Amino acid sequence: MVAKTEKSAVDLLKSPGMTSLFKSLKLKTKQQELLIRVTILFLVYVLAFITRLFSVLRYESMIHEFDPYFNYRVTQFLTQKGFYEFWNWFDSESWYPLGRIVGGTLFPGLMVTAYLIYRTLQFLRFAIHIREVCVLTAPFFASNTTLVAYFFGKELWDSGAGLVAAVLIAICPGYISRSVAGSYDNEGVAIFALLLTFYLFVKAVNTGSLAFALASAFGYFYMVSAWGGYVFIINLIPLYVMVLLITGRYSMRLYVAYNCTYILGMLLAMQIRFVGFQHVQSGEHMAAMGVFFLMQVFYFLDWVKHLLNDPKLFHTFLRITVTCAVGLGAIALGVGTASGYISPWTGRFYSLLDPTYAKDHIPIIASVSEHQPTAWSSFMFDFHILLFLFPAGLYFCFKRLSDATIFIVMYGLTSMYFAGVMVRLILVATPAVCLISAIAVSATIKNLTQLVRAKSKASHSASGKGTISSKASSKGSLDQSLPFQRNGAIALLLGAFFLLSRYAIHCTWVTSEAYSSPSIVLAARGAHGNRVIFDDYREAYFWLRQNTPPDAKVMSWWDYGYQITAMGNRTVIVDNNTWNNTHIATVGRAMSSYEDEAYDIMRSLDVDYVLVVFGGVTGYSSDDINKFLWMVRIGGGVFPVIKEPDYLVNGEYRVDKGAAPKMLNCLMYKLSYYRFGEVTTEYGKPPGYDRARGVEIGNKDIKLEYLEEAFTTSNWIVRIYKVKPPNNRW
Amino acid sequence: MRELRFNLLLLFIAFNVLFSPALSDLVIHKLDRRIDLSSQIVRTTTFLKVENNGIDTVSDILLPFPDHRAKNLAYLMATISEGKGKTKVSSGSLPVRLVNPEGMPPALSWYAISLPKELGTGESISLDVKAVFTHVLRPFPEKITQADIQLLAFQDGAYYLSPYIVKVQTLTVKLPEPKVESYTKLENTKFSGSEIKYGPYEKVPSFSYAPIVVHFVNNKPFTVAQELVREIEISHWGNVQVTENYNIYHAGAQIIGEFSRLDYQARPHVRGSSAFKNLVAKLPPRAHSIYYRDEIGNISTSTIWGDSAKTLLEIEPRYPIFGGWRTSFTIGYGLPLQDFLFQSQGKRFLNISFGCPMDEVVIENLIVKVVLPEGSKDISVSVPFPVNQSKETKISHLDMVGRPVIVLEKTNAVPEHNQYFQVYYKFNSLSLLREPLMLIFGFFFFFVACIVYMHADLTISKSSASYMAKLQWDEVQTAIQQFQNIMNRCMAVHDKIEASLRDLSRTGDVQACKAARKAADSLLKDLSKELKPLLSFLQSSPQAVQILSKVEELVAKEKELQEKLMLKHSTVVDCYEKKFGGRETENRVASVQQKIALLRQEVDDLFEIIDEI
Repeated sequence: MVAKTEKSAVDLLKSPGMTSLFKSLKLKTKQQELLIRVTILFLVYVLAFITRLFSVLRYESMIHEFDPYFNYRVTQFLTQKGFYEFWNWFDSESWYPLGRIVGGTLFPGLMVTAYLIYRTLQFLRFAIHIREVCVLTAPFFASNTTLVAYFFGKELWDSGAGLVAAVLIAICPGYISRSVAGSYDNEGVAIFALLLTFYLFVKAVNTGSLAFALASAFGYFYMVSAWGGYVFIINLIPLYVMVLLITGRYSMRLYVAYNCTYILGMLLAMQIRFVGFQHVQSGEHMAAMGVFFLMQVFYFLDWVKHLLNDPKLFHTFLRITVTCAVGLGAIALGVGTASGYISPWTGRFYSLLDPTYAKDHIPIIASVSEHQPTAWSSFMFDFHILLFLFPAGLYFCFKRLSDATIFIVMYGLTSMYFAGVMVRLILVATPAVCLISAIAVSATIKNLTQLVRAKSKASHSASGKGTISSKASSKGSLDQSLPFQRNGAIALLLGAFFLLSRYAIHCTWVTSEAYSSPSIVLAARGAHGNRVIFDDYREAYFWLRQNTPPDAKVMSWWDYGYQITAMGNRTVIVDNNTWNNTHIATVGRAMSSYEDEAYDIMRSLDVDYVLVVFGGVTGYSSDDINKFLWMVRIGGGVFPVIKEPDYLVNGEYRVDKGAAPKMLNCLMYKLSYYRFGEVTTEYGKPPGYDRARGVEIGNKDIKLEYLEEAFTTSNWIVRIYKVKPPNNRW
Repeated sequence: MRELRFNLLLLFIAFNVLFSPALSDLVIHKLDRRIDLSSQIVRTTTFLKVENNGIDTVSDILLPFPDHRAKNLAYLMATISEGKGKTKVSSGSLPVRLVNPEGMPPALSWYAISLPKELGTGESISLDVKAVFTHVLRPFPEKITQADIQLLAFQDGAYYLSPYIVKVQTLTVKLPEPKVESYTKLENTKFSGSEIKYGPYEKVPSFSYAPIVVHFVNNKPFTVAQELVREIEISHWGNVQVTENYNIYHAGAQIIGEFSRLDYQARPHVRGSSAFKNLVAKLPPRAHSIYYRDEIGNISTSTIWGDSAKTLLEIEPRYPIFGGWRTSFTIGYGLPLQDFLFQSQGKRFLNISFGCPMDEVVIENLIVKVVLPEGSKDISVSVPFPVNQSKETKISHLDMVGRPVIVLEKTNAVPEHNQYFQVYYKFNSLSLLREPLMLIFGFFFFFVACIVYMHADLTISKSSASYMAKLQWDEVQTAIQQFQNIMNRCMAVHDKIEASLRDLSRTGDVQACKAARKAADSLLKDLSKELKPLLSFLQSSPQAVQILSKVEELVAKEKELQEKLMLKHSTVVDCYEKKFGGRETENRVASVQQKIALLRQEVDDLFEIIDEI
């Protein structure tokens, strides 16, 4: 008895050793692994959601930026009037006097999604406002994206990579910038749809399953309904198939997956009115169709090869068929293009391929800051360590080349190129970068931990021997081939841990500091470190909403169009849906003309109020004076009377005394600086000192003849002028 | 305005011509009238001393108002005044009703005050009558620029409009500032300070009328709420949530011409004197979770301070409200339930104030909605003044049938209506648990559904190849699981042997060590017996092909390991029995030991590989 208890005591002493603990855990590894995986995924899901709530905490539950206001307004319309009214909605409040057929000129995916979520919640009797649904749609879909990223990573590599990918994408600033709470924009759901389509397609290619191909087609349909970026999918997938064909990876699985996805996806996409028959009529979609036919040729050749059983004969046949097929395709394309059935590539598509195209040909695209080529700093800002992990991940992908890894490599490389062309397309590259980096992280850490674990076992058995003899410890080193391997591995692991934690810190910081501002409400630090809020935009819009006649027409630069209609509830001349360049150019022309000429233009457009944004008092730099050159350029692009050099002095843009006379007397200048000459903005500076540009203005004595100041917000950021009725002739 | 005056004049003539005889034998002995024009709300307080000179007893005293004035009458209250001056004690208000006496001049509305006891011959009574009018002050001029001051015109009669003969009467008009543009000068008119005094006039016949007009400066805000919807929602979890939707405009002189922010910022009191910048709401004490927002979001310009008697919320609209400008906003706050909900006679009742918490705001249309908890019954309301009542239901969080809502509507409400009202209802406290229970059951069923889904076999075709393969794969997996189990137990036995050796080196108890060896041997034998059917199953199963080689390798390695271990054990025991030294034993075992370590590693690796499959 005594011996037995003693033995068990020794057992107890020994059992906390690493192996035995490991073994006892190992008994139910499968369940435990599942539990850990589900827990991690759940935590990541929650994390992805709450990290996007900074904006709500810092500011409030509100819609951000410009485009989301249109989406919000449309969603409100949808919830109030129902789907059919929405589908047939002619909006007379924008693009006066043209109006806009809203139902046929938008991607309804986002609004319908929010509407369905809203109705579901209503059905479950959660009485919340549609605004809250809209605000939280993007974070909700970001959470769902993490799940898709997990499954995608699992499909590409293993479940470890999937988990890492989920974590990385949950907090990646490149994605967060477009999916914080309140950023109610198409991209919010589109990235989810994009990744889902890709995942399902890769799964379909891997398994050859018709079910996954079908699901992928539906994912594509959702993507088409949500965002114009679907063009990326419809070009990347054919490209990928093309690469597989060239590298000799053609298989029945690929045939099934691509044909099903393409045909069904195309038919489904035609149901979206804004897209319509573009899949068969537009140059941007022709690549997919070409590859579709190529697949049939491949299949046919395979069949012939099987029948012929003679390599020589087959080669001649191959040559003839390929020549015929390519020739036929070229002729069809040529005839289609020449007859105008197939529309050529649009300017937007060109500007994606060629970074310099927009600058020369489409000033309206180039004028938007998020369409500028990306700076290195913003890559670093949005990806942080992923930028370094990305090449490492590519290396791992190439090392274990499969259909799936080829896909992710292609996705990563093409989207990286587009991210370099336009800042906003960093968003599209983000999932690819996260997935590839996750492969790098997961593969590295796995290798390292295997090293650490193996050595720890060896050393354990060595130390177990040490109980027998005290000298055995010196022998332990004999069976270790590389003496510092284990320490090296531990150091590398610590390094990886350090890098990843830096990444998490960086992401949180970027999210809270840079990407959580609604841009409607501006916040600054006051003299005593307190937070000062400039709520001038809403002040002005609410003034418009309450104190102008309901049918008043407001002219402003197109940036503010959506906000004026959504928050001010008034008719605008132009808005952010820049579909009519001439109309925008007319507004640009009015802004850059002398007051009397502008008055005629405004009379012809029935304008009642003019709204300008002015940052001279607060030092807010993205105001209309700084955007003015674009107005001149866009106006001058249609109306040659407006000449850019008239507003420049020696090629320099200035607003002070040395400015061009036309500049000093154009409408925009007058409206921005009206009575500003009497204001002292900064201590020790002369009156009329413009803080946004750091100069004293050139024309301090501005008299308005045809307009009068109707309202100026408390920090002068928004100024609204009333267009006077024409004078009585008597 | 001139037109209005003309009309009044006509009216006055008509009265005198047609209705000169007095209505009854009541005579007003003394009458003091005060008209307070210091805000947008005109308050008149009239002190009357009435004497019955007739034979019949009188129970009603009639108060006529011209129709155009009566439609702006927001509030009318009469009390009996006892004592004089500062020792005045007023008892409860007397009932006032709208009457329609016959044979009276047209364009007059009549109110009758019911006296508490009938007035006999020669008896007299003193009354205080308070009447409150809205929209009576007219801005003149009607449109001003930003820099102008706001001028108002007020008109009334210098004599009290009464069906009775008035013996002595005075009229005092109180102005907000001692500035007056013009006023009608009659005999006995005095202007001093900010007050204009008319009278005393003696022996004025009934229905006498002498129009007066006062044109004066008033820059007080003319805050008028076109509509105010107050929603009071009771939650028996301890909160009364009040939400107030305001739709406000400035009813004073309208602004024309430019609004210059520069002028307004430089001299807000001169260039913008008629505008109002902020509003102060006096909320009940312990109000919490206060918010202030409008349709497009939160408004950040509000401050709050409070003490034990009240909470003051100062809100600034987004922009200063000039004449004719409007704004709308919502304020909301929570109140502790125990301050407002009481119980009496088996019923609960809510006791909360009716009107708007802001000072001097005229509300054209006040709608008070009381949202009671779901399942409330026997609802009744008691309001101290007449209101329109209706019912609706509101569906809020987790409601099945909706919550009953009492809707009370009152037009032309003034601060005098800010009185407490009561809503009585019955509510079973157990109903409180309904919503949490619903949630609990909802989640419970969700999880049950998940479990059922995980365990149920939803395959449509039970004979399809893929289904069969899946079934087989499941079997293989369970077999491998069992296999791993057995292997793990084997490893545990190995550990035991090692442990027994260690014991030996410590205690030198050879017998115990041998016993342990014996036990381990029999255990290992059992385990290998158990292993056999599993291995044969795996060999027969087509699904297990890829894994089989690893399994077999593992079994072989394990066997080898076992053998080596036994060898080591027997060697060590042998050495002990022969009493060899530690070093000797060590040397003998060393080669075996190295092999054991190697094998162990290999076995562990295999374990991992199998695990991953």
